[in-house]
Amino acid sequence: MKVFSFHGGIHPPENKKQSTRASVRTMPIPKSLVIPTQQHLGLAADPVVSVGDKVLKGQIIAEPVGRISASLHAPTSGTVTAIEAQPVPHASGLTAECIVIESDGLDQWIEHQAIDYKGIERSALVNQIRQMGIAGMGGAGFPTDVKLNLGSDHIVTTLIINAAECEPYITADDMLMREHASEILEGIKIIQHLLEPTHTLIGIEDNKPNAIRALNEALAETDIDVDLVVVPTKYPSGGERQLIQLLTGVEVPSGKIPADIGIVVQNVGTAQALHRAINHGEPLIQRIVTVTGEAVEHPGNFWTLIGTPFSELLSAADLKPGAMHRLVMGGPMMGVAAETDSIPVIKTTNCLIAATDSEMPEAPAAQPCIRCGMCEQACPAQLLPQQLYWFAKGKEFEKAKNHNLFDCIECGACAYVCPSSIPLVQFYRFTKSEIRAEELEQRKADHARERFEARQARLEREAIEKAERRKARAAEAAKAQAERKKQSSSETAQDDTAALKTAAAVARTKLKKAEIALKNAQDKGLDGVETLQATVDKLKQAATEAEQALQNSSTTEAVQSTPTKSEPKEAKPDLKALKQQVSIMRTKLKKAEAAEEKDESEIEALKSRLEEASKAHTDADNALIELAQSAGIDLKQLRIDVAMAKVAITKIERAISKSDDETEQEALKTDLESAKSHFAQLESQLKPYE
Amino acid sequence: MSSVALAILVLAILALIFGVILGFAAVRFKVEGDPIVDQIDALLPQTQCGQCGHPGCRPYAEGIAAGEAINKCPPGGQTTIDQLAELLNVDSIPLDSEHGVEDVRKIAYIREDECIGCTKCIQACPVDAILGAAKQMHTVIVDECTGCDLCVEPCPVDCIDMLPVATTTLNWKWPEPPQTNNLIATDRQPRFEENPS
Repeated sequence: MKVFSFHGGIHPPENKKQSTRASVRTMPIPKSLVIPTQQHLGLAADPVVSVGDKVLKGQIIAEPVGRISASLHAPTSGTVTAIEAQPVPHASGLTAECIVIESDGLDQWIEHQAIDYKGIERSALVNQIRQMGIAGMGGAGFPTDVKLNLGSDHIVTTLIINAAECEPYITADDMLMREHASEILEGIKIIQHLLEPTHTLIGIEDNKPNAIRALNEALAETDIDVDLVVVPTKYPSGGERQLIQLLTGVEVPSGKIPADIGIVVQNVGTAQALHRAINHGEPLIQRIVTVTGEAVEHPGNFWTLIGTPFSELLSAADLKPGAMHRLVMGGPMMGVAAETDSIPVIKTTNCLIAATDSEMPEAPAAQPCIRCGMCEQACPAQLLPQQLYWFAKGKEFEKAKNHNLFDCIECGACAYVCPSSIPLVQFYRFTKSEIRAEELEQRKADHARERFEARQARLEREAIEKAERRKARAAEAAKAQAERKKQSSSETAQDDTAALKTAAAVARTKLKKAEIALKNAQDKGLDGVETLQATVDKLKQAATEAEQALQNSSTTEAVQSTPTKSEPKEAKPDLKALKQQVSIMRTKLKKAEAAEEKDESEIEALKSRLEEASKAHTDADNALIELAQSAGIDLKQLRIDVAMAKVAITKIERAISKSDDETEQEALKTDLESAKSHFAQLESQLKPYE
Repeated sequence: MSSVALAILVLAILALIFGVILGFAAVRFKVEGDPIVDQIDALLPQTQCGQCGHPGCRPYAEGIAAGEAINKCPPGGQTTIDQLAELLNVDSIPLDSEHGVEDVRKIAYIREDECIGCTKCIQACPVDAILGAAKQMHTVIVDECTGCDLCVEPCPVDCIDMLPVATTTLNWKWPEPPQTNNLIATDRQPRFEENPS
C-alpha cells in the first residue's frame, strides 16, 4: 500500500513506553459513579431514572434527545442517589447535569443478548447502535449511529479505521489492539455491513509493533477484507483529515466532512465497542483509560467504568503523594487541565496524565512574534498560524474566519514549534468561540426580528379585522333600524286606532284654530266671516267624524279583546294608563297655573279634565279592589305588605355592606334570603291586580 | 459650418439614445425599499427594547439611515457601534449613556407563584416570548426572550426578574489569552514617577 503524506507535523517525545509495560488492568468498581448526561457531541441525554431508583448494570438511564445524541447506561448495579450538577471533564471547569449512582457491589447485569446483525433491517441495526449509546471514542464523541447511517446521498467508498493514536503518552488504543485485536475486527465487520465500502483500511503508526503484530495475527485468522497500513510516526497523523490524506492522498475540502468525499473514519475503540454492543448486547459502559505521568508509581492502562472519578484511577496507578503538579485529561498536546480529581471518566476520556513540575513546567511567558514562519511549516492543515494569531490578537474575527480559522484542528503543533512560546492554540480557541458566540447572537437576532415582524403583522391584521367587524356591526344596526321603522309604519297603517287618534287630534287642533280665527274676525268685524264660518263647520264635521271613527275602533277593539283576556289582566293596562293620564293632567294644570298670562277658562277646563281622569283612575282602582275582595284578598293591605317587604330587603342589604364580622354577615345573608322569598311571594300575589 | 452642425446632430442623437437607455434602466432595475436600512437593521441586536427612543430596531435603523447618531443602542454595545461605523464609513463613537449602559445579557424570569395572570406582560412582549392566559400563570419561553426589559414595567405585582444568563458548558467561551505588552526590554521596567507622593 502506498502511503502518502501531509503537510507539516511534529515529532514530540512519545512517552508511550511507560504505560505499555503492564497489561490492561481492570479497575475495581468504585463506590459511587458520576455519569454526566453530556458525554458526546450534540444534545445532552435526558435522564429516564429518578433519585432512589434501583438500576442494574447496562440498564438505560438516559435517552438520546434529537438526532445527534447518545443514550447512557448504568455502568454497574446500584441506586441512583442524585441527579445534579457536578464537575465534568470540560475545559471550562464548570459543572453540568450528572446522574450519580451508588454501586451495590453486586455488579448485576440486566438481561441482555447478542443480535444477529446480518439478519435484521439496517434501520433496526442503526437504532440498536443508538440504543447502546455508542459514540466516537477517539476524542470528539460523535454519535456513531449518525456516522453509520448516512443515507442515500453519501456513497462510501473507503472505510478507514483510525489506529494511529499519534498523541504522546496515550496508549489506550495500542493496548486495546494488543489484547482485543479480534474483537476490533468483529466490530469492523459490523461497520462494513452497514456502510458497504469498497475497501477498508486500518491506519496505524509504526511505533506500535506489538499492536501491528496482534492485528496481523487476528487478520490471518478471519476472512475479513481489510488492509493494514503502517504509517510513519508523526504528530498529528491520527487527526481524521490527516489520516485520510496519509492513506488516500485526498484532502477533505474546507467546510466539508469526510463522508462528502466518500470516506468514513472510525476509531478502533469504537469498533470494539460496536462489537460488544451488537455481538454481546453490552452497551458502552466501560473503556480503556491510560493513566500515566511521572507522578504515578505504576503507569498503565485500566478497563474503567464510565463515571469512575479520576481520583480512583490515580490511586489505582499509585499516585505519589505530593508529586502531582498538573492533572491533564487527554494528551499533552490537545488535552485540558483538570481542576479537581473528582471529575469522572466519560466515553471520550482516553488518558490521564499526572505530571510533575519538571515534566510539565509552567509555560514560559510569551514573547513577541518574530515572524519566523515555523508555525506555518508545522501546520498540518496548511493554514497561516501567524496571520491568524495577528487577527486573533487584534480581534479581527471576520478576517480570521476568511483565513480559514475553522479548518484549524487545534492540534497544537504551531505552539509546540513557536520559539516565542506564544500560546497560539489558545488564541485560536478564543477566536473560534467568539465567532461562534457572535454567529449564535446573529441567529438569535434574526429569529427575534422574525418574531417581532410576525407579531407586528398579527397586531395590524387584528386591528383591521376589528375595524371591519365594527363597520359590519354598524351597517347591521342601521339595517335593523330601517327595518324596524318600516315595520312600525306598516303597523300603524294596520292599526287604525293610533292613526285615527292622530287624525282626531289634528282635526281638533285645526278646529280650535279656525274657531279662534272666526272669533277674531267676528270681533273685529272683518270680511270673509262667512267663509271662515263654513270652514269651521266643515272642520267641526271632520273632527266629529274622526272622533266617531276613533270611538268605533276602540269599542270594536274592546269588544274583540274582552272575551280573550281575563278581567284583572285587562284592568292592568287600563289602570296604568289612567294613572299616567292623571299625572299628565296634573302637570298640565300646574303649568297653566304657573303661566304668566292665566287663561282662566283653560285652567278650568284642565281642572275638570284632571278630575275626570283621577275619577276614572279611582274607579278602576276601586274595581280592582272589589275584584280582589271577591277573591278574598285585601288589595290595600297586600300593597302595604309588599312595600314593607321591599324596605326590609334594602335594610338587610345595607346592614350586610356595613358589617365586618363574617359570621354576622352570614346570618344577615340568610335573613336576606328569607326576606327576598317573602317579597317574591307577596309580589306574585299582587301581580294580577296591578 | 456643416461639420459643426453634423457634430451637434451626432451629439444630440447620442444624447437621445443614452437618455432612452438610462430611462429604461431606471424603470427596469428600480431598487425596491432602502437597502441600507436592511443592512443597518441586520446589525442591530433586535431586542426591540426601545432604549434608543424608537419603537423597535427597524425604526432606529431607518433613523440611522436618515442621519441619526449610531451610539444609542445599549444592548448592542460597542460591538454594534463599531460594526455600524464600519458599514456607514463613519468614526466609531462610545455608547451614549443617556440611552443606557452596556450590560450582561439578561433574560426575564417570572416568579410563577406570584403571577396573578393579568396578561399585561404578554401584551408588552415584542417577540411573543411570554406564554399564558387571563387568570392563568404566565411563563417566559427562555429561548425566545431577548432580554428587552419591556415586561418588567407593566407587571402589577412586580413578579418579573431580569436575571443574567448563566454560563454553562454549552455557552462557555474560551478566555482571551493574556496579552503580551512587553515588546521591548525596557517595557518591563517600572515607570519613572516624577513626583512620588
